[in-house]
Formats: sequence, structure tokens, C-alpha cells
Amino acid sequence: MATREIISTGNDLNAIAAVDAGCQFFGGYPITPSSEVMHTISDLLPKSGGAAIQMEDEIAGIAATVGAAMSGVRALTATSGPGVSLKAENLGLAQMAEVPMVLVNVMRGGPSTGLPTRVSQGDVRQARNPSHGDYRSITLCAGNLAECYTEVVRAFNLADRFMQPVIVLTDETLGHMHGKAMIPTLEEVKAGIVPRKTFDGAPEDYRPYGVAGDEAAVLNPMFKGYRYHFTGLHHDAKGFPTEEITTCKNLIQRLEDKVMMHTDELELNEEFMLDDFDGSDGEVLIVAYGSVSLAAKEAIRHLRKDGIKAGLFRPITLWPSPADRIRHFTDMTKNVLCVELNIRQYTEEVERVSGRLDLEGLYKVNGRAISPYEIVEKVKEVF
Amino acid sequence: MAFNYDKYLRLEKMPTLWCWGCGDGVILKAVIRAIDKCGWKQDDVCVVSGIGCSGRFSSYVDFNTIHTTHGRTVAWATGVKLANPDKHVICVAGDGDALAIGGNHTIHGCRRNIDINMIVINNFIYGLTNSQTSPTTPQGMWTVSQKAGNIDPTFDACKLAIASGASFVARETMLDPKKLERTLVKGFEHRGFSFFDVMSNCHINLGRKNKMQSAMENLDWIDSITTPLSKYEKLTPEEQLNMFPTGVLKHDTEVREYCDMYEDIKAVQQGKRKVITQDDFEKKI
Repeated sequence: MATREIISTGNDLNAIAAVDAGCQFFGGYPITPSSEVMHTISDLLPKSGGAAIQMEDEIAGIAATVGAAMSGVRALTATSGPGVSLKAENLGLAQMAEVPMVLVNVMRGGPSTGLPTRVSQGDVRQARNPSHGDYRSITLCAGNLAECYTEVVRAFNLADRFMQPVIVLTDETLGHMHGKAMIPTLEEVKAGIVPRKTFDGAPEDYRPYGVAGDEAAVLNPMFKGYRYHFTGLHHDAKGFPTEEITTCKNLIQRLEDKVMMHTDELELNEEFMLDDFDGSDGEVLIVAYGSVSLAAKEAIRHLRKDGIKAGLFRPITLWPSPADRIRHFTDMTKNVLCVELNIRQYTEEVERVSGRLDLEGLYKVNGRAISPYEIVEKVKEVF
Repeated sequence: MAFNYDKYLRLEKMPTLWCWGCGDGVILKAVIRAIDKCGWKQDDVCVVSGIGCSGRFSSYVDFNTIHTTHGRTVAWATGVKLANPDKHVICVAGDGDALAIGGNHTIHGCRRNIDINMIVINNFIYGLTNSQTSPTTPQGMWTVSQKAGNIDPTFDACKLAIASGASFVARETMLDPKKLERTLVKGFEHRGFSFFDVMSNCHINLGRKNKMQSAMENLDWIDSITTPLSKYEKLTPEEQLNMFPTGVLKHDTEVREYCDMYEDIKAVQQGKRKVITQDDFEKKI
């Protein structure tokens, strides 16, 4: 992959990535610690012919974003946990009407207004089901500065592939981290853009939601001769409200299956120092994601120096979870430590897919990052 | 020759779910005629509706249509319009939709003066959910959520729109569909935020317990509380208290439209003009 060097922050990299991925619209509202995404994209988008607008509240921020996305452009909104709580309503409509868009959540301490300027991973469970009803959230989680760029690009492509919102989680540490990152060249990003499918037959034959049971809707851009209807209600193949029992059942089942039958296209993990794992005694598997994984890697280097064979499994796509891969390592390794800036939010998923209830955990919810030293100490204490 | 609505209707969606005698259909037809009169192509129009009886408006008309969440029409439409400044965007909302749950979005749509045409179908009640108090329900009327009589003070939607900065504000009723059509055309052709308070009947959910069980009785009441602006201005303050003026209440063609102003931001960011300062605006504070 051709790369370029950039010195920037996580939040700025989110904005730059969106514009490089062809985003033409941003609707948002100020909130710490994500505001810089809006600050930067408000300069970049008008430069490239798009538009960014600070709306009157979080709800309006995503409403405008979904509106722009419905019209056919790539669109972004960015916020933090309290903002996601407010945006949940319209994320739900975007799930139901199958509108592709990207939401960046720069996580801070919760619940409620919580710890606005401090780091947390407390929104992992929220990202799985931010709105009511049955659907599958697609949630990606950046683990370093470069991924603040690459995961936003990937999110736009996945949104158009699966025709639904994609959430990118970062956190206060990454958002405000300033440093060097190697990111793909613009040419590389442009070449990788997968635009959403469109229908080019006769308008009278167009069925935006009349697709196979595991396929995503085919939504043409507005104003091009294919006039159809968006709604958050249960709808038929043409998008119009219906309560017909089979249509309703098939629609919701399809929202599930279009994601869960194609998880291979979504999954992305990092396996750090796991190559030499063979199931022998004393191996320590650390499961961590996001900025915590930076500390986990440093801890693993220390542990290895001390003769402890440790390795990291890091899901980059958090939801749907990489169940098979998690199970592969949890089946093989006796000692498993989950490290999170929340209380067991992803541990419970690892428990679910592994079927194990003996996982150790290191959790921190005081707004401070976990240090490599704390992880080293924990490993030595429990295993 | 009689106007042919078929071209603009999704005939397979008829009949509507609106009650027998409801004003929504009269307003829908007036909107269609106004669009036709403006010469807008169906492909170039986006109709955004919210939740409530009026929310179903968008599914009956053959344009690019969006049925959004409750109250969010203007915010939604802002995204559609700003991403497609050369297209025509119409919002249709109810009184609860536009003034209660969506009040904030209405205020800020007006303030930005973005070129959205917002039609508030004001029937003074929550109809679809069966007779709860809305921001325009008169004090003292019966509602299912205030059976002892409504004590909540009543909103004047047009005063809100004027104070918030909409550059075109009008009130009409479904009693005079021809006049409604003419006013809609004026507002549609105006570049800026056009706000229409269109009073309509709900004899089923407002009227049934407020001595207006038939559409005609409900409409007579609307007639009795409205008068053209020219006549309204001649009334004493005491008489004005219980009267709503109809017609175009504000039409300011001087104030700049939001998408047009956003072109200045693009020009600044693209190095084509100097940064925007207070000198660019007549109003400094």
C-alpha cells in the first residue's frame, strides 16, 4: 500500500479522511471531545465544493446528515456519547430506511454528561444498539492515529456497501493525540472507493427495497428521475408504509441478514504477537481495542522481556464481533485478560462467544488512561 | 378545463388515511396546484414530512419524498437543500410536529433563512394520536390529556416565524383553497425561508368534544377567528386578541438566503474572496 506521512490529531484525521473518501456533507453540533472534527471539516468541505453546517442541536445535526445522505451524497456527523444518545432516534431511521452515513463518536466518560474532557470506552455497548428495534449496528474502532484516518475511509465504503449507518469509535486520547501517522495516499483512497449500487432500468420497474433476503437496499440518488419514498415505518419494496405481515417480517429479517450473512466483508482484527501461540501453559491472551491497545502492546513487550508469553487480540470491527476468531484464541489459551476503559462492556461479548466465564478483566472508569505498567502488574497478579 | 391532479399523485396510495371531511386533502391539492403553477419539475422537488396525520402527506404525492421522525422535518430538509441548493424543498408538518417537538428546528430554519418552504397544517390538536393538547390548542378547550380544560397558553405560529427571521410568512385557511394556492405560489417563488400557517379542521379529534362535531362547524369556527390582514389592522387591540390575520404577513426580499451566503464561505475557502467580516452585513448586532 502506498502511504504518506502526516502529522496531525485523531480528530483532524477523521475529518481529512472523510473528505478524501468523497464526503460532501457534514452536519454537527459542538461537543467535547469531538468538536475539532467539525472545526476542521468546516474548512475542508467548502474548499472541495461540499458543505458543513453547525446545526441547532445534536438531533438536527444527524437529521441534516441523513437528509443529505438520502439525496445521494456521502455524509458525516461527529459527536460524543451524550450526542449519540440524542442522535439515536435518527440513527434508527437511517437503519430502517437503509441510508448510508458515517457517525464518529469520540468517546468520553459517561453516563450522562460524565467526564467531558476525559477518556473512556463507555459507549461500546451503546454503539451496538443506539436506537430501539432490531437491526445490526456496524461499529469500527480506531486503535491508533493512522486508523483515525483509515477506519473513517473504511466506514464510508462499508456504509455504501451495506446501506446503513456505520459508527466509528475513537476516544478522547486518540482524538486529541498529536503525532505522526502513515496513511494511504489520496490516490490509494480514491481507487478504493466503492460507491453505492444504483438502479438504471426504467423508473416504473424500480424497487429500492425489493432485493434478495440478504441484500441491502438499492437507493438511487434523488432528483434523477427515480422518485421514491423514505420512511421509518415498516415499508414495502417501493418504500411505502405497510403492515402486511409477511412484508414486515421479511424486512426486519433482511436488516439482520444483510449484515450477519456477510460478516466476512466487515471483519478486521489485529493479532499482535500471537503467531507463536500454541496452547502451551503460561500463555497470556490480552483482548483490548481502541487506544487501550497501545498500552497493551507496550505491556506485552515488557511481559515478553520478563519471560511471559503474552499477545494481543484486537478487534477493529467491534460490532458485529469477530466471534470465530475470538473463539479460536480463547479455546487455545487458558489465561485471558480483557482490558477496557469501562466495566466489562466487551468482556461480556467475549464471554458470550467463547462460552467461558473465567476471563480476567482490568477495567478503569475514572477518566484516566490505562498504563502499560498497570497491565503488566495485573497479568503478574492474576496468572 | 379542470386541473388534472393524477400526474402528481401516487394514485395507488388512494384513498388517504385522512378522515372523511379532513382539510388535509384540500391543502394537498392546493400545494400540487401551486407547484404546477411554479412550473417545477417533479424530479426537482423534495417533500419532507414529519409524524402525525400530516406526516402521510409525503407518501401521497409523486415527488422525491421523505417521511421523517417526529418534528425533524426542517433539520432534514436543511441537509437536502444545502447538499442540493438548486432543488426545491417543501416541508409539511403538523402543529405539534412543527411547534412542540420540532420547535427548535422551526426556529433555526427561520433564522437561517434557508430556501425551504414550510407548510404547517394547523388543526389545533394532535389528531393521529387522538386529541391531545397541541401548542395551538386554544385555552379552555377540551383535550384528552386535559379533560378539565386546556390551561396551556396558545402559540401564534406566524409570530414565532417572523420573530425567528423567516423572510416570507403567511397564514391561510383551507376555507379558501384558491387564495391558499396563490399565497403558496408567492412563498414558493420567494428565495428564503417561507413559512405557512395553514389552518385546517379536525372535527373528529378537536371538534367532537368542543361543540364542532361536523367539518362545517369546525370550519365556521376557523372562519370566526381569522380575518384578512388589512381588516385585522383596523381592529382594536381587544378585538385583535381573539383574531388571527390571514394573507402574507411578511415578505422581505432583501435578506440573503442561506445557501447563497454559503457560496461566500466556499469562495473564501477556495481563495476566491477575502474572509467574511461584519462589514458584509448591514445589521451589525
